[in-house]
Amino acid sequence: MSLANASRSELTKQFTTAMWWILAAVLLAYVGVTAGGLAATFGALSTGAIPAEATNGSAMPSDVIPPLIYSLATSVGYVFPLLIGTLLVTNEFRHKTLTPTFLAVPRRGIALGAKVTAGVVMGLLYAVVALVAAVGVGALALALVGVDTRLGHAETWAMIARMAAAFVLWTLIGIGIGTLVRNQVAAVVGVLAFTQFVEPIARTVATLVDGVSGVTTYLPGAASDALVGASIYTSLGGASASALPWWAGGLVLLGYAAALLLIGYLTSWRRDVA
Amino acid sequence: MPEGHLLEFRDLTKTFGTIRAVDSLSALVEPGRVTGFLGPNGAGKTTSLRMLLGLIRPTSGSATIGGQRYAELRHPLQTVGATLEASSFHPGRTAADHLRVYAQAAGLPAGRVDAVLGLVGLADAAGRKVGGFSLGMRQRLGLAYTLLGDPGVLVLDEPANGLDPEGIKWLRGFLGQLASEGRTVLVSSHMLAEVQQTVTAMLIISRGRLVYEGDIAGLTNADDVATVIDAPDREALARALDAAGVAYTQIRAGFSVPGTEPAALGAVAAAAGVALSGLQRRGPALEEVFLELVNGTRVENGTRVEGGAR
Repeated sequence: MSLANASRSELTKQFTTAMWWILAAVLLAYVGVTAGGLAATFGALSTGAIPAEATNGSAMPSDVIPPLIYSLATSVGYVFPLLIGTLLVTNEFRHKTLTPTFLAVPRRGIALGAKVTAGVVMGLLYAVVALVAAVGVGALALALVGVDTRLGHAETWAMIARMAAAFVLWTLIGIGIGTLVRNQVAAVVGVLAFTQFVEPIARTVATLVDGVSGVTTYLPGAASDALVGASIYTSLGGASASALPWWAGGLVLLGYAAALLLIGYLTSWRRDVA
Repeated sequence: MPEGHLLEFRDLTKTFGTIRAVDSLSALVEPGRVTGFLGPNGAGKTTSLRMLLGLIRPTSGSATIGGQRYAELRHPLQTVGATLEASSFHPGRTAADHLRVYAQAAGLPAGRVDAVLGLVGLADAAGRKVGGFSLGMRQRLGLAYTLLGDPGVLVLDEPANGLDPEGIKWLRGFLGQLASEGRTVLVSSHMLAEVQQTVTAMLIISRGRLVYEGDIAGLTNADDVATVIDAPDREALARALDAAGVAYTQIRAGFSVPGTEPAALGAVAAAAGVALSGLQRRGPALEEVFLELVNGTRVENGTRVEGGAR
């Protein structure tokens, strides 16, 4: 029994059921279509291929469009690593496989450590899928409408690296939520409700009401956008760039992951398995 | 050959709120034989086994394998093989993949997966998803999981559930063979009849307490033997028995006479000139003894363990 063996076992669990590639396929299609469509639209607006009078907003300068498009990988796609992380744990509760898992790896800390390790790998894998969709499809669409893809700029690649980090952190947050919530349906519904409704609404309200943004800046989605450095929500929501520098956003996100994992380990993971 | 270990429950207690699910359980399970762990549903069997396997933390006391707690085992699956429920599977995973997951966790060679699938007769179903398995196949897959690490100790919770008669017969032979190789085999069941022909030692618990520890022979006394006697003319037979001073109870099949051999009763009937239609020795009704032990109307003085004091 070792962390390496236990981690390998966790990864085998991931790749021996259909969930990982279903989520990956949806992620690829969802982010790919969004990135391609928005890249073509914003690009065509900025080059004048679509006349500015056709919209009620002003055309974006062409140099802010590429990072905005690429960041769709996280701003739209972050729910996927969050889901796979959550399922990585709640599947065990749902199918009662925690018993054979703990029989093979009785030290609960190692068992959770193996899930975290597997989560890092899954987060990176999903980051690759999302980046292929956002950067690959997005850059292709931008090139087609004649906008510089900015792929020659180091800052673009730094942002891509930060997005990969964000994906890993979101997976770990999912694992933390999974250990705490246990019930798969409740966890998945909660994750979707929070990421798709609660936080977007809160962040939208924050752009309208003074003082609220001091709190919403520290919400995980906002922290993730800060880490990445660009987001369709902050750009289109009219809010000025996030108050947090990228590294602070990363630390906030890491803080969520660490806190959830620690609380989950202490309160839920070590409980009796009946 | 894997080495069997002594299992030891020592004053093992688990309370859930105000309920004492397991109450000062002390018992030894020896290697080299099949030990039955019996009791009605809710008696605390599964809770005891889960404490032995480190899945439930005891309120007090301990359960050890060869002197070590489960979590202290260096190679758990190579030491103890256990299954606790027939449904610990992801339905979308194949049987072979299910086993591969745990073989990897235990650092076992990949070849063990095919080996144990062959042992339990599931080689042909290796590539099928577990969701489509019958209960009997799931039980076999559970057994395959326990054998992955070729452990010296096997702990099986209700392994016969869902097996057809052929499967139960197979399981009996299989467990007997494992024990004869020197392994420790602990099998729980709520039905005595299910394990009666398999086990050589028994632990019986009821409401969390040990009510019997010993072999099957020790479970019954000589006067548990009864003779059933019947005649076409039951009134005449009853008169003959009364005259001879034999105590009997009337049952549907005639009269049941406890603690008396058929020859003696045949002589009574012959002396009275009563023609018999039935004369049969009835062995100890283990199931009844079991039920009496479990509901507390019978106390085994010789072997009963009082309050966990050994």
